[in-house]
Amino acid sequence: MFGLEKRDTLLLGVVVVLTLFAPFILNPFPADSGLAQFNAGYPDLMQRFVIFGIFAIGFNILFGLTGYLSFGHAAFLGVGSYSAVWMFKLLSYNVVPALVLAVIMAGLFSALIGFISLRRSGIYFSILTLAFAQMSFNLAYSVLTPITNGETGLQIYTSDPQYLQSVDAPSFPNLFGAAMNSSTTLFFGGWTFTFSVGYYFCAIFLILAFYLAIRIFRSPFGMMLRAVKSNQQRMNYTGLNTRPYTLAAFVISGMYAGLAGGLLAAMDPLAGAERMQWTASGEVVLMTILGGAGTLIGPVLGAGFIKYFENIFAKINDNVLHGWFAFMPDGIEDAMVAIIHPFVGKGWHLTLGLLFMLVVIFLPGGLVEGGQRLGRVFRRKDKNAGSVEADAAQRRSEAAE
Amino acid sequence: MSILEVKNVGKRFGGLQALSDVNLSVAENSVHAIIGPNGAGKSTLLNCLVGKLIPDTGSVMFDGQSVLGRKPYEINQMGISRVFQTPEIFGDLTVMENMLIPCLAKRDGAFQLNGWSRVVGQRDMIDKAEEMLRDMNMIDKRHMPAASMSRGDKRRLEIAMCLAQDPRLLLLDEPTAGMARADTNNTIDLLKQIKDERDITIAIIEHDMHVVFSLAERITVLAQGTPLVEDTPDRIKGHPKVREAYLGESQDAA
Repeated sequence: MFGLEKRDTLLLGVVVVLTLFAPFILNPFPADSGLAQFNAGYPDLMQRFVIFGIFAIGFNILFGLTGYLSFGHAAFLGVGSYSAVWMFKLLSYNVVPALVLAVIMAGLFSALIGFISLRRSGIYFSILTLAFAQMSFNLAYSVLTPITNGETGLQIYTSDPQYLQSVDAPSFPNLFGAAMNSSTTLFFGGWTFTFSVGYYFCAIFLILAFYLAIRIFRSPFGMMLRAVKSNQQRMNYTGLNTRPYTLAAFVISGMYAGLAGGLLAAMDPLAGAERMQWTASGEVVLMTILGGAGTLIGPVLGAGFIKYFENIFAKINDNVLHGWFAFMPDGIEDAMVAIIHPFVGKGWHLTLGLLFMLVVIFLPGGLVEGGQRLGRVFRRKDKNAGSVEADAAQRRSEAAE
Repeated sequence: MSILEVKNVGKRFGGLQALSDVNLSVAENSVHAIIGPNGAGKSTLLNCLVGKLIPDTGSVMFDGQSVLGRKPYEINQMGISRVFQTPEIFGDLTVMENMLIPCLAKRDGAFQLNGWSRVVGQRDMIDKAEEMLRDMNMIDKRHMPAASMSRGDKRRLEIAMCLAQDPRLLLLDEPTAGMARADTNNTIDLLKQIKDERDITIAIIEHDMHVVFSLAERITVLAQGTPLVEDTPDRIKGHPKVREAYLGESQDAA
């Protein structure tokens, strides 16, 4: 279906179901229960899951396939955001021109940076992209203040021209009248589910982005990108020019980043320089590796995982901890809180760092590899080892074809 | 009619004159071996032919066109394929994908942005690759990662990948280096078979005299960066200059 193999169609189906039903899936706890703070089904966070999922899918096309590790992809995210906000300022709050310009500008910008950076490979390439991204950050932060509004960040003011903005259109980013921040809430027993226009708008882009990534992975072009990672020497002596392949992968991933940046601005119409900082570039690297570089679903999982931690673990403060351990005697309660305190709240990075280390050491293939191992354990219970092997061989052959 | 003409080629690395005044003519549809002791400049010469090195002087003409200043991938697209001393294959990819890549490179050229089409949709290329694998008796390994194969199989795969492009000139850089006798003989048989079945010119750099004398129709002996003699295998065997270059010093000592 859709020009995909059976397995890929299934994978796409899973992504479609997960994204469309995310408001339910991510809200498993009743709103008034003690566990409600673990609910992630509110629009703001779900939008982040999906937008950073798009960012990571794009990054994976470069890093997962060609092995070129860019440390500067946040620059393209930032370019996308600034472009989108400028479209809001100049034309109207309609998101279509904003996203179009975001993708185009990020594409041009990544073509320029890629053209120069891809003259080198390995660590030198990574450092070049990092240098360019930091340059972009500093330009946005200070030198280009007329365009980026410096450290305040680019915002929309009532004095902005907005030449195409009609009087009755919402004064928030919208798709032909449907404002991104409008939502309906469904109450069901103790549960509340929120469905927002913005989330579903982003979700559709995630599905399209994921579908395009599958097509690229399964195309001759994608195979050539994997060949770049495997053996550039052989490629050159097989009559293939590696440079345009890597540049194309770089620009495609840059455009994905631009789309993600544009969507961020569409959900919240402001753009700041910090979006381009190296920590933001590092975050997408973490997402991709944590989820499983070179796999299709991995980057999406990684993005969701990290954003969940960032938003949910960060909210757990000492009061919450005391609430959890209230059943214990006072001294032990305080001790428990003291032990856990560094790992939650502001210390969520510590937990994430530990998890990242565990994944890299024990699951080099990321969460996807973890899933595969679990799957194999369960399958071994039903079948004998021989059929598991045959199954693995079968999967390899399907993957090859 | 010669397909490859090397004229007055010289190459210097710092103080070392690696090649000086090399003249070489490889006849079309022949097997031409280049032999010589270590450091004779065999590999340097080969690298000058495929665009890895640019000679300081002289010219290299392939089929009437100069290869000098062209990139390796451009020279390959002209019809020269190279087999490396240690097999250079796409280790992370399956054997089938390894075969498909040269097929696609031959059909689509040096770059093709076909991110929307599907590998499984390239039926004619897949057929071609499968046929090639069947010829090489590797069809049952097509789903294996190429890196997991034995060295002999990797070598055969690399040769198959080169042949899939229907090159006019196949360059082999010590194709049996580090191989066991049985593997070496298999490789010789394979190359003989290729020579018999195809219109192809083979230029081979080799240390192993057994390989050279089993295959070559003409032999150039290189010593200290310059060709010593060029002749048929029979005449090379007994040639005094060759014996001197190869065995001379040790024989004198004995």
